This record gives sequence, structure tokens and C-alpha cells, in this order.
Amino acid sequence: MYRYDAIDQRIVDERVAQFRDQTRRYLAGELSEDEFRPLRLQNGLYIQRHAPMLRIAIPYGALRSEQMRMLARIAREYDRGYGHFTTRQNLQFNWPELPKVPDILALLASVEMHAIQTSGNCIRNFTSDPYAGVAGDERIDPRPWAEILRQWSTFHPEFAYLPRKFKMAVNGAAEDRAVIRVHDIGLEVIRNAAGEVGFRILVGGGLGRTPIIGKEIAAFVPWQHVLTYCEAILRVYNLHGRRDNLYKARIKILVQALGIDEFRRQVEDEWQHLKDGPSTLTEDEVRRVADQFEDPPYEALADGDPVYLQLVAANNPFAAWTRRNVRHHKRAGYASVVISLKKTGVPPGDISAEQMDLVADLAETYSFGELRVTHEQNLVLADVRQADLFGLWQKLRDSGLATANIGLLTDIICCPGGDFCALANAKSIPIAEAIQSRFDDLDYLYDVGELEINISGCMNACGHHHVGNIGILGVDKNGEEWYQVTIGGAQGNEASIGKVIGPSFAAAEMPEVIEALLDTYVAQRFEDELFVDTVRRVGVEPFKARVYSGRVGGKKKVANG
Amino acid sequence: MAKVIKNGQIVTDGWQVLRLAEGDSAELVAVPSGPVLVPLTVWQARQADLAGRPDVGVWLASHEPASALADGVEQLSVIAVNFPKFADGRGYSTATLLRTRYGFRGELRAIGDVQRDQFYFLQRCGFDCLQPAEGKYSDAQLEAALASFSDFSEPYQGAVDRPAPVWRRMQRGVAA
Ligand code: HEM
Ligand code: SF4
Repeated sequence: MYRYDAIDQRIVDERVAQFRDQTRRYLAGELSEDEFRPLRLQNGLYIQRHAPMLRIAIPYGALRSEQMRMLARIAREYDRGYGHFTTRQNLQFNWPELPKVPDILALLASVEMHAIQTSGNCIRNFTSDPYAGVAGDERIDPRPWAEILRQWSTFHPEFAYLPRKFKMAVNGAAEDRAVIRVHDIGLEVIRNAAGEVGFRILVGGGLGRTPIIGKEIAAFVPWQHVLTYCEAILRVYNLHGRRDNLYKARIKILVQALGIDEFRRQVEDEWQHLKDGPSTLTEDEVRRVADQFEDPPYEALADGDPVYLQLVAANNPFAAWTRRNVRHHKRAGYASVVISLKKTGVPPGDISAEQMDLVADLAETYSFGELRVTHEQNLVLADVRQADLFGLWQKLRDSGLATANIGLLTDIICCPGGDFCALANAKSIPIAEAIQSRFDDLDYLYDVGELEINISGCMNACGHHHVGNIGILGVDKNGEEWYQVTIGGAQGNEASIGKVIGPSFAAAEMPEVIEALLDTYVAQRFEDELFVDTVRRVGVEPFKARVYSGRVGGKKKVANG
Repeated sequence: MAKVIKNGQIVTDGWQVLRLAEGDSAELVAVPSGPVLVPLTVWQARQADLAGRPDVGVWLASHEPASALADGVEQLSVIAVNFPKFADGRGYSTATLLRTRYGFRGELRAIGDVQRDQFYFLQRCGFDCLQPAEGKYSDAQLEAALASFSDFSEPYQGAVDRPAPVWRRMQRGVAA
């Protein structure tokens, strides 16, 4: 993992000092609310329903044990003993006190962490593949590139006050696990026919009010030029993105208005001036960063550890967990383990301080002291010996962290919603819980197979509802909380935006709506066909007919939501 | 007279900023004598008259492109860029373009909603003169604000003030 050098460290230390002074001036009345807002946002500090919320950057989702322990300490000393992992691989605290935030930032800086640009109209935290470096389908490790881009974007003076927030993601594997298609800039590290490394660049994707899949602006930009190319895109956006209407300010609206061809022409014009300039990357710098992502010292092992296989055969719950939560690793004898933060009754993505300490210890014992955060709001121990899986599972199970539901319908992505967020139309966490409670039969879940349910409490789409196979969106109808349902959304290489099935539902109806959707799927599916593929094949109609049929008859049974 | 910060030092300065009021026309508005920054529209309408005056500079509104002064960079000793709100960040690109694309070497001044928490970014994008709104800061506050120029000592990326990124400027990888 990347370790700070003296320059990186000084930048985060200086940030703490800067923000301490800004907070002091705000509390002393020297900075108005309006003046302070963009400054605190660029440090991840929102004011939400109950208290400020602090979003801490976890660049490309990578964490070391000591960093996780610091998060646990902050949760205990400055919050209410827990934190929340987000869909952009960050961590949020819901209850910090504003005057103490500079102290929290100082603690973070002591373990090479920060909250820089985790919110506000600037380039946000870079996200990437949580299985980077260990996935079998990886072409090029995206992490060094994400780190190089992170540094370039940190306090970039020209792009600190963009028309709107700007999210970037980097993927380097055959499968897109970084959702690059719904980012403002999505980068795919690839090799061209000549074997040279470069980037396929997508632009103008995004969710929110106007969900759009990103379009290709460049099929191959050689690696040396990736920073200047991104600078050209950002300059065109900074100068021409709309600033008159908050809802039309994202780059996707500009790309749509100009058309991708005209947008590309403007970017390429700009790029001609920047290309080969001082920001052109050098082999030395790329090597310096890439060296820090070298493989850990793996042992030479064989696949199929006999004791492990025996335990799988003998122990059903363990076997179920290995089926869902253990992933193939590029090295024989190793596996990657997903720690589910989707136990029924716990808000998706939430983790207690004790659990943070535990997973930090487990990472040290079993996985070279490193953890990853997934955008599905789970954690990953990337490098576990197969022989250690059983012991690891037992410890996770004892702490409520071994729910065997990764990729299944209870592995719900969910925003904080009306319980915490001031922008919400409706609550989202109780809906997730009602669905998890209704579908707690593992055999049924396994039979239904891979299915993503994503829930957002409003159209800002923090819960990625558009790209959920089943998407649930909180809407406001005359002051009441209702939920609109979409189906057929997907992330990954075949990313698509879900279609609305019809009028929205009351909270109490949601579990039965999901049940009707699943019944339709089970009745319609071909053998082994995934939910989303059935929707793609048969369309929305059969699902719609089933869901609304009971309602037309007026005899609508109400589930215990 | 306004207090401005020039190359990191507080100085009193005599430049006036001419802003068109409702109903003023660029062709007819009276241009005061003495050092004055005129709107781009006035400059474009009356370049022939004004070009002879060394005490006339031009200010760009945030939507006006740097390219509009591509031909003027040799004649003008001062160009200003207006920030209607500090969070309107177009001026950072405009300034960068004036310096790097059009080669403007004169004084580049930020006017409008110019605040200390942006000094660092403004300086990096090539502004060498910052003019906070009149009355925005007391003398003591302005003095304290000078510290903002050195918020960060070694920026990562290249910009107008230091075109080379940090990995071209110095040896990296030295432990913290
Ligand atoms: C609780 C405080 C939060 C507030 C006030 C908030 C606010 C917003 C707003 C206003 C947008 C829409 C912006 C736009 O479309 O231009 C948005 C989008 C988003 N937020 Fe949040 N959010 C919050 C929490 C979260 C959390 C907890 C997550 C992750 C679980 C998250 C992840 C996202 C993502 C992924 C998007 C969609 C990005 C896109 O449009 O491409 N946010 N948020
Ligand atoms: S989707 Fe809406 S309700 Fe949910 S966190 Fe985002 S802004 Fe809040």
C-alpha cells in the first residue's frame, strides 16, 4: 500500500492547520455561514439532520490496520461508537461536533489520512476496484494510477471551485468493479495492440436526478498523457459547465448539450496546448508509486488445502459463507474474503468501533495488515491463506460479521436516508431492514441468486438506486413517504439504468412488492438466469402485472413493514 | 483608496474599477481619468481611443473568455478577472489561460468577491494582485490573511506559479 513521504505528510498536516484556522474564524464570526460552507464541504463536513457529518477519504478503498484502529478511536471518542462506509468507499461519522473536527483531522493525519475533497464542488475521492492487485481478471493494477491522480487532484488550484462535484474512478480489470460508467470521468487502464499502457476514458456518466451512462471520449490515451488529458476535460467543464442551475451543473449535462463529438473536439483542442507540458508523467514517478503496490510476501502454496476442504464438507454454515463471501485469488492457496456489513437489523454499511478494532486485528493476523472497502459497503481482506479461512470465519461469526449474503438480495446498498439526511424524501434504512427480515431464509436467497437491491432516500441517488437490479427511491407525496421501484438496472460492464415499474408504494408494502418481483422472476427465468437477465429478456410488463394485480382487485394485504 | 495585495505585500492602490450601471452603454459611458479598469465591452467598443492610455486596464467578467484579450496582452499593463462569487471558479481557468496560452506578463488582478481562503489558489493560477472587496477586511485581518499564501508549502501539481509538478521539482520518496 502507498505510504506517505515527507511531502504527502506535510500536505495533510498543513491542511489540518488551515482548517483549524478556518473553523476558528467561523466560530468567532469572521466567516459567515455562506463563506464557511464551501470550505467545510471541501473537508467533508456536511450539516445534516441532527449534527454535522464528517466524511473521511479512503482513497480507492484501501486501509491499513492502524488506520482502521484510528477510525475506531475516533468513533469512540468523538462520535457514538460507530461509523458508516459509503458507496464511494469512504467512511462517514454522523455525530461529530464542529469545534472538534480539527482535532479529528489531526488524528487522521497522524495515520496518513484526511478528509480532503470528500465533498464540495471539486474533484472528489478516487474510487477503484476493491480486488485490485489480487483479482484473476486484472490487466493492470489500477491503484498506482489512482494514487497518481489523487495527488494531482489534491488542491488543484484551477479546479477547486467547479460548477459541481466531480467524481472519478479507475478500473484495471476485465470486469468493471469501480462503476466507471456512472462517473464524471471513468478511466479504464488498458494495453493497446502494441502492449503499451494507456487509458480508455469515459466522460459524463452520473446518477442523481438525471442518470446517464458515460460516453467514450478517448479510446486510448497513452499513460504519459493521462493528467494533461484530464486537465483538458476539466478546463472545458470549468469554463463551460452551467453555473446558473444546480441541477444542470454536472459535466453530464454539458456533454449532453454539446454532444460527445463537439465536447471531444473542444477537449482535444485544449489538450493540444497541454500535451507534452510539465504535467506529462515520467517513468520514474510512475515507478516510484507503483513500487509501493508490489505484491505482499506470499508463501508458495497449493490450491485446495485439504483441511479447508474437509471443513467445507463438514460444516454447512461455513460452506455457505465460503460460497458467497470468499473469492478467487490470483495466487494459489490464497483467497479474498468479503466481510458483510449487511446483517439484518444493522443499517447497511454501519460498523461499530469494536468491530473496527476486530477487523484491524484480523487484517494483521490474516491479510498483511490491509483492508479494502467496497462500494457495496462491505469490507475485504484481500490476501487470506485458504488454510486460515475457517479460523477467520469463526472470529467473524462471533462478532456478527459473517453474514453469508454477498451479492444476494439482502446485501443491500442503502443511503442514510431520512433517519440522518436533511435532503431525504423518505427513510431508507427501515426499508432495507424490512426486506432483510422478510427474506431471511438462506435457501430461498441462494435459489434467487445474485440480485442487487439499491435504496436511495431521494433522487440524489446516494444509494445508486438507478443501477440496482431492483432500485428503490424515496419520493414525497403530499408530505408522506412513498417508494418508487425500478427494475433492470445494473452496474459493471453492462451498466444500465433501471425502468420504473409504475406508481409508488407505501413503506409497509415494500416487502410484498419485492416478493411479487421475485415470484415473477422465479416463474419466468431460464435455468441459471440471473434476475437482471430475465428482466432484460422479458421486459418490465410481466413484473408489473404481478406487482399491481393484487392492488387492482382492491384486496391488498399489508405486510408487517 | 483600496488596499490590495501585490506580490504578497499590502499596498494602497489607485486603480478604479469601472462597472456599467443599468442603462449605461459601453460606447458612451464616461471613462474617468486616472488609472482605471474598464469592462471588456467598453474596451472592445473603444479600443482605438483607449489603447493610447497606459493607465487603462481591462477586466473580464466571469463568463468572458481569456481569448477576447488575446490581441490585447501586449498593450495592456493590467488585466483583471472578476469573481462575482468566490465559488464561481471560472476565473481560475481564465487566469491560467491568460498566463500560459496568451503569454500575458503584466499585472493580473483578481477583483470582486476575493477572500483570503482562496488566496493560495488565486496565486497559483497566476494572479499577482488581489483586491478584496472594499471594507471586507480590517487592516489587521488583511495582515493576518497574508499567511494564506503559504497554506501549503509544496503543492503536488504544476500550475502557473510553479509549472513543474512536485515529482519534477524534487526528490520524492523521502520518509516522513
Ligand atoms: C447524509 C448526508 C448526505 C448528503 C447531504 C448527500 C447529498 C448528496 C447530493 C445533493 C447528491 C446529488 C448531487 C448531484 O447529483 O449533483 C448526492 C449524490 C451522491 N451521494 Fe450523497 N449525500 C449524503 C450522504 C451520502 C452517503 C452516505 C453516500 C454513500 C452511501 C453518498 C454517496 C453519493 C453518491 C454515490 C451520489 C451519486 C453521485 C452521482 O450523481 O453520480 N452520499 N449526495
Ligand atoms: S440519496 Fe438523498 S436521502 Fe439518501 S443520503 Fe443522498 S441526499 Fe440523503
